[in-house]
Amino acid sequence: MYSQGLIGADGRTGETETFLAAFQARIDAEEKIEPKDAMPEGYRRTLVRQIGQHAHSEIVGMLPEGNWVTRAPSLRRKAALLAKVQDEGGHGLYLYSAAETLGVTRDGMTEELLAGKAKYSSIFNYPTLTWADIGTIGWLVDGAAIMNQIPLCRCSFGPYARAMIRICKEESFHQRQGYEIMLTLCRGTRAQKAMAQDALDRWWWPSLMMFGPHDAESSHTEQSMAWKIKRFSNDELRQKFIDATVPQAEYLGLKVPDPAMRWDEALNGGKGGYRHGPIDWDEFWRVVKGEGVMNRDRIAARKKAWDDGAWVREAALAHAAKRATGKVAAE
Amino acid sequence: MMHEALLEIADDCLVLGHRLSEWCGHAPMLEEDLALPNMALDLIGVARGLYARAGELEDAGRGEDDLAYFRGEREFRNCLLVERPNEDFAQTMLRQLYFAAFMEPFWRAASASSDEVVHGIAGKAAKEVAYHIRHTGEWVIRMGDGTVESAARMARAVDALHRYTGELFESSPAARAAEAAGVLPVREEMRGDWDRVIGMIFTEARLVLPEDTHMHSGGRAGLHGEDLGHILAEMQSVARAHPGAVW
Repeated sequence: MYSQGLIGADGRTGETETFLAAFQARIDAEEKIEPKDAMPEGYRRTLVRQIGQHAHSEIVGMLPEGNWVTRAPSLRRKAALLAKVQDEGGHGLYLYSAAETLGVTRDGMTEELLAGKAKYSSIFNYPTLTWADIGTIGWLVDGAAIMNQIPLCRCSFGPYARAMIRICKEESFHQRQGYEIMLTLCRGTRAQKAMAQDALDRWWWPSLMMFGPHDAESSHTEQSMAWKIKRFSNDELRQKFIDATVPQAEYLGLKVPDPAMRWDEALNGGKGGYRHGPIDWDEFWRVVKGEGVMNRDRIAARKKAWDDGAWVREAALAHAAKRATGKVAAE
Repeated sequence: MMHEALLEIADDCLVLGHRLSEWCGHAPMLEEDLALPNMALDLIGVARGLYARAGELEDAGRGEDDLAYFRGEREFRNCLLVERPNEDFAQTMLRQLYFAAFMEPFWRAASASSDEVVHGIAGKAAKEVAYHIRHTGEWVIRMGDGTVESAARMARAVDALHRYTGELFESSPAARAAEAAGVLPVREEMRGDWDRVIGMIFTEARLVLPEDTHMHSGGRAGLHGEDLGHILAEMQSVARAHPGAVW
């Protein structure tokens, strides 16, 4: 989902020049790297980190939306939201599996998440306060995710690229259902429209932050671009997102909460684009470092689910062991 | 009258689906974070179909959302079993098994319904609940015959929930009318299948079926426990804050 997956990535690698050159030649020829292929340690480590953080983002991302499943205002919305949150869980599952091909385990990655050692997208550390947040998350957060993820379908690592193809199809559906919620709210009562504007006001800037720091401050981009793990820079993707989203907000009759936002003919190589005002990077780093409103609650909720579920997982293992040795009641 | 009989089943499915949806993001493992909403979606889907049909039969202009979001505790007609709190995974799985083991033969029999819509819903629902039995039955066996702790939790689940199973087989006056008209099967007739499935699973799970349990009922007359009010307060909060709004 997230270029933030590269924050703190350590791409250093200690292989010989010949090995690295041969690997780079495969990458440059657009060959897919498969799990059993030789790969630089830095490549493997970067991918484990990125795919792991992506998986964690899907799992933690179930919580803010899950917060509204029990209050969805119509049965159709309730079913759609449940299905969407279930999709996110499914994405987590494929992604953990893709990471496992690189020699890590899902349990190990989960423990890192719960211990606060592994990150997930900062966006999920914001609370969902009204029903309109569900529409806004689909529209903006999944919209931003798609911008990041479409290029990942061509990522040099085969299992990740293949997982992303299916994930992107589902995210695109989520984005449309989110926008459709917004459209319904904006065509509804005054209170519904106010709810939609309020949600946009709260989610706009955090959504722009999802693309990660400005290119000048993003230290890991270059190596990841060379390895074709990443194909566009943070700023390029953020600009694409803004250019796609501003007209959508206008169509809804909503106002993007950026007084400095203006059309600039010079952007996008002279094709024009929307130039945004300054992003509050202090807020971004505060949230990334654990001081968002919901950081502690999110991890506490995941930890509670994991700890409360321990006896269930132990029971499943114990029963499987009994089956293996034929010590079950029916046999 | 006929619409009330359909509302009973729709309310069962909605309330139980809602209960399952409370697990969303909090299940013991990722696979169950996928499986629980699957079952919830099946149930909510059935509820929607039945509410829509009940609304048509009632002919008072109420649609699925009017019926789900704008009736209070005393008007809900679900059985008591489905409103019981999730508590732990043992109780959640057993509650689901008890319900599915009843609904599977019920929907199979309802495939012969004289009502075209009920007939259609029944065919699909029978397949879904057959899967629910398989999934929850496997868990009841794993937990019943797993560790000392899981066995104790399963036994507590049986103790907590068995007393709500008798109501499944009771037909309210509305249900009896629907049965007489060939719209719904006779509830009491599901007992043989239910006993057989539960008996088989309990044997494998090393669980003991309680004897002489006092069976609670009242849900079909709108006489619920205290939990349903909280479910509805939460579920209906947004819809009721904006009456008449379209979502």
